[in-house]
Amino acid sequence: MADIASAVKPVLQLVNIHKSYGTGTRVEQEVLRGIDLVLRKGEFAALIGPSGSGKSTLLNLIGLLDRASSGQLFIDGEKTGALDDTSLTRLRGRSIGFVFQHSYLLEEFTALENVMMPLLATHGWPSEAMRTTALELLGRVGLERWKDHMATELSGGQQQRVAIARALAMKPSMILADEPTGNLDTRSADGVFDLLREVNARLGTSFLIVTHDTRLARRCDRIIELVDGRIVSDQPNLQVVRHEAVE
Amino acid sequence: MNRYLPFEWIAATRFMRNGLMQTLLIISGVALGVSVIVFMSALLTGLQSNLFRRTLDYQAQIVIIPPEDVARPLRGGEPVAEAAILQPRSQRLRSVDQWQKVRDLIRRMPEVVAVTPVVSGPGFAARGDASRAVNITGIEPDSYLRIIALRDKIVAGHMSVSNAEIVIGIELASDLGVKVGDKLSLSPASGAMQTLIVSGIFDFGNKGINGRNVYVALRVAQSMLDLAGGVSSIELNVRDPFLAETTAQQITTQTNLQVDSWITTNAQFFTAMSAQTLSNNFIRFFVGLTAALGIASVLVVSVVQKSKEIGILRAMGTTQQQILRVFLIQGGVMGLIGSLFGSALGAVFLSFWRGVAKNPDGTQMFAITAEPRLFVIATIGATLIGVLSAAAPARRAARLDPAVAIRG
Repeated sequence: MADIASAVKPVLQLVNIHKSYGTGTRVEQEVLRGIDLVLRKGEFAALIGPSGSGKSTLLNLIGLLDRASSGQLFIDGEKTGALDDTSLTRLRGRSIGFVFQHSYLLEEFTALENVMMPLLATHGWPSEAMRTTALELLGRVGLERWKDHMATELSGGQQQRVAIARALAMKPSMILADEPTGNLDTRSADGVFDLLREVNARLGTSFLIVTHDTRLARRCDRIIELVDGRIVSDQPNLQVVRHEAVE
Repeated sequence: MNRYLPFEWIAATRFMRNGLMQTLLIISGVALGVSVIVFMSALLTGLQSNLFRRTLDYQAQIVIIPPEDVARPLRGGEPVAEAAILQPRSQRLRSVDQWQKVRDLIRRMPEVVAVTPVVSGPGFAARGDASRAVNITGIEPDSYLRIIALRDKIVAGHMSVSNAEIVIGIELASDLGVKVGDKLSLSPASGAMQTLIVSGIFDFGNKGINGRNVYVALRVAQSMLDLAGGVSSIELNVRDPFLAETTAQQITTQTNLQVDSWITTNAQFFTAMSAQTLSNNFIRFFVGLTAALGIASVLVVSVVQKSKEIGILRAMGTTQQQILRVFLIQGGVMGLIGSLFGSALGAVFLSFWRGVAKNPDGTQMFAITAEPRLFVIATIGATLIGVLSAAAPARRAARLDPAVAIRG
């Protein structure tokens, strides 16, 4: 478990973020209404909220997959508003790892090659160092034996583990996980969640996990609740903190 | 993962391998298209060069003759109004005025490869009781043979036209019953007869030419046709036969003589050749377009099928340019592989054609030469078409909004 108190460096900072769709039309809809949020190094936070509350939109903005209508967004201290598409892509590849509900592994590639993919896309040419890094990550998620299997030959839980290893390939400061266990049975879901916590503890990677699953949210250090495009609650999960104190 | 390939090539080849059936189908389509283009082009080039060769075998590309005699009404004095019928003048055999100067002038033109003076006129060839009307052609062998490949057409004897020698066609030889070494009487339409020895017999593969043309030395023809020191025409060949008309017009402006190119004298033939070339180009264009549409449609489907994967690649740091290249490479590779197979298939078709299209005596109907250049052009062309046809799907893939693509 990361020591939140000592991890002070913000990996993510949102200042008064607004996001509207259909701007200037009769159907203009404001989805995010002034979001202020800071995620520090090593934090393990859950983002919860009902459907339509703006969770996915917020995740897209934080993941640099979309741009805010107004407000400022900093990733690893870098202001992102003025960056062009290529710079945003590079920053995203460097600083942010993604884990989705579905693993979205590339079915044309083996487990190992899938883990290598972010490194390959960034550096251009494959290398032995990439392979070593990917092997180490596959070992970390317990799938070293499955390295040469095609993505389609793995079970849902295994695919999600490979996706986590892939998200870690670039050693990002933050991982955005969108319902990472939503597509798994309870046992596999627990295994994957434990893995996320382990990565957080060992590598100090910050996590922001979007989930509907309150059981999962209760196992995070911090719970951020979004309703109608506003953060209505953002507090440490006392249950977990208390549990840690006892340990 | 091949460590000698960059990311884009690795992704492109894996995508193609993954959709193997689609890839093979479109490669087959491109291959068929290229094979048709290669086969048709080689066939048409062979056919045209054969027709072209046959047409220009026995005639120079450009012929310069003296201007025609025209009857002019008398001038001067009071104009007299009368109903007169102006008869065109009969054309007597005349020499090209100052032909040596004209020849030297033409020889200096860069596009001209050979020039020769010719004396040509009507006459009779006789042996015993048999006689035939012929066209007496007096030549300077050295320069004439650079224009008309008469030596290659000799089927008996040899190509020699000294003062006492004559070269005749196989048809005339048969009609008069002469062979090499026999004597032949040659007389102009009006004038003294001369006896010559047949030194060679030619076969142009054209009954009319074989029965009518006889070749003698320039001096012999000059004296027989009463053109002492003169020539009835100057004939020449140029580097590019298809530009003969341009050169002919240049010569006309410089000399004021009547200049005819083979293009105007064989207008129908030339039009037919142009129409053939045009229709071939049309077919090439539409075959190319079909292949391009095939590649584009396969890639459009691929972009739709792989939109989630593209979104993920974008999310993990792949730039728009990289995605663009992944799809352009796929188009290019499909075009390249298709064209290589297509070239091979085209070569097979051509060899099959060579086996089928034969004369009754077993010789080739006409020579088809599949030049390496044709295969190289087809390969480069198909690869370019592949890349170009991939442009639209590739742009679409590159512009996919990763957030939308991932969520579907």
